Amino acid sequence: MTLDLSLLPDGGVPWLAASGEHADIVLSSRIRFARNVAGYAFTARARDGERLRVLAQVRETLPRVPSLVDAVCLRLDEMTVIERQLLHERHLVSKELAALDSTADARSGAAVLVSSDAGVMINEEDHLRLQVFRSGFDVGGAFQAATKLDRELGGEVPYAFHREFGFLTSCPTNTGTGMRASVLIHLPGLVLTQEIAKVLQGLQQMGLTYRGLYGEGSEVVGNFFQISNQTTMGRSEDELTEHLTRVVKRVIEQEEEARRVLLRDAGYIIEDKLWRAYGTLRHARSLPADEAMNLLSGVRLAVGLQLLSGLSVYTLNKLLIFSQSAHLSLEAGRTLTESEANLARARHVRQVLASEAGLADR
Amino acid sequence: MLCDQCHERDAVLNLTQIVENAVTQLHLCEKCAAERGIETTVSMPKHPLGEFLQAVQQQALQIPGDAARCSYCGTSLRDFRASGRLGCAHCYGAFEQSLRDLLRRVHGSAQHVGRAYEVPNPELLERDTSLGALRAQLQKAIDNEEFETAARLRDEIRTLELTVR
Repeated sequence: MTLDLSLLPDGGVPWLAASGEHADIVLSSRIRFARNVAGYAFTARARDGERLRVLAQVRETLPRVPSLVDAVCLRLDEMTVIERQLLHERHLVSKELAALDSTADARSGAAVLVSSDAGVMINEEDHLRLQVFRSGFDVGGAFQAATKLDRELGGEVPYAFHREFGFLTSCPTNTGTGMRASVLIHLPGLVLTQEIAKVLQGLQQMGLTYRGLYGEGSEVVGNFFQISNQTTMGRSEDELTEHLTRVVKRVIEQEEEARRVLLRDAGYIIEDKLWRAYGTLRHARSLPADEAMNLLSGVRLAVGLQLLSGLSVYTLNKLLIFSQSAHLSLEAGRTLTESEANLARARHVRQVLASEAGLADR
Repeated sequence: MLCDQCHERDAVLNLTQIVENAVTQLHLCEKCAAERGIETTVSMPKHPLGEFLQAVQQQALQIPGDAARCSYCGTSLRDFRASGRLGCAHCYGAFEQSLRDLLRRVHGSAQHVGRAYEVPNPELLERDTSLGALRAQLQKAIDNEEFETAARLRDEIRTLELTVR
């Protein structure tokens, strides 16, 4: 099958809109719940037939689950690797569900439901991974929507639940609430002032953890960090989300303070660095993915510091996702080699920035 | 892996022997290894702490119930230790005590205090319990090479699995 992206409500990424609070620093807030359907072995131990039945059982309930009424169901087990990678680049599926670490196809029954408000990965490490994104800093909003979805779906599909241990998951690090609350945050100020190590260490002391742009196992690039709760037991969902919100609020203040210090003590150095980043993005003919990410980070900081006007955070968010390899390949209609992708990426970024500035791409 | 000699206990030792240029590999359990006069613990020099350390090591070699299996999905505690993943919801019952300790270490608590949950239609879960029992019987039948019984049980399990909506 060919992946028809127009089927996805808002492309599956309404959170790119940069509409929430502190949207220049916090790209998105996310809640995910790990759930398993009672009566089946967990995904890795389940046979093909069991996974397909989990998928069928969940799909059958959709008309009765208001949060998923307009959901489209995308079967990863029927997709090419480029299509799966594209969904991963949009944060709609994990690396594991998309089977990007192996040369094998996605496992049978691997699918994702995408509605305008929420998503559900099916047959991931756990049978169900419910997730809700919100634009900007809005952990509370994401939590409310995710809880609503969780109650609706859990009222139709029997979850594996234990009175003492809570929601049962394949990996014990998720047992209990099964909840991971996270924010995707951009911290160039703290990186440039070399305060970041201290801040990250502080997070760990407060029961939080950090990862790269694409969560577990991904590298930190472009000064983007995903901050989330480390533990899922012994505290309620409300306590966990409130704690994360409180700590992230503090991190945002520290980032803002670092940016003030940078402007005050190194104004022209910073200004030069950021304009150079913009210049490279506007004119480069070949852009490797990591370099593009780092330059976009610089331009994002420039917009946040109001050094650069006429460029919206929304555009920067879109560039961050849509200039990635699978997006470029799908647009080209074939799998691009790395150097071809670098050329295509540079062209894509140039065109977007030129049209935003009202100039012709040269 | 089972012991190559008694075929009963789990092998803890991999013995490579070279006899007249022929290499043989044997996987032995502790008892069979001892019968062949092979020490399964590293011998320690005499030291005031020697006996104590040896005792600790002995204990570590025989983590109780490490070979215990979940009757529903067949995952053993050893599989879990290797992969870090449980096989099914029933593993939580099968390895309850070990998991309670582990959860306490990981989360600082082994008690869920978040939202409580009631299963929407419990009759589905009854099916679940009887499936577990049937699967255990099936495993036993296969182990005892009672293939006719195994075939019958397999069909029963399939029928029950199909009663899911």
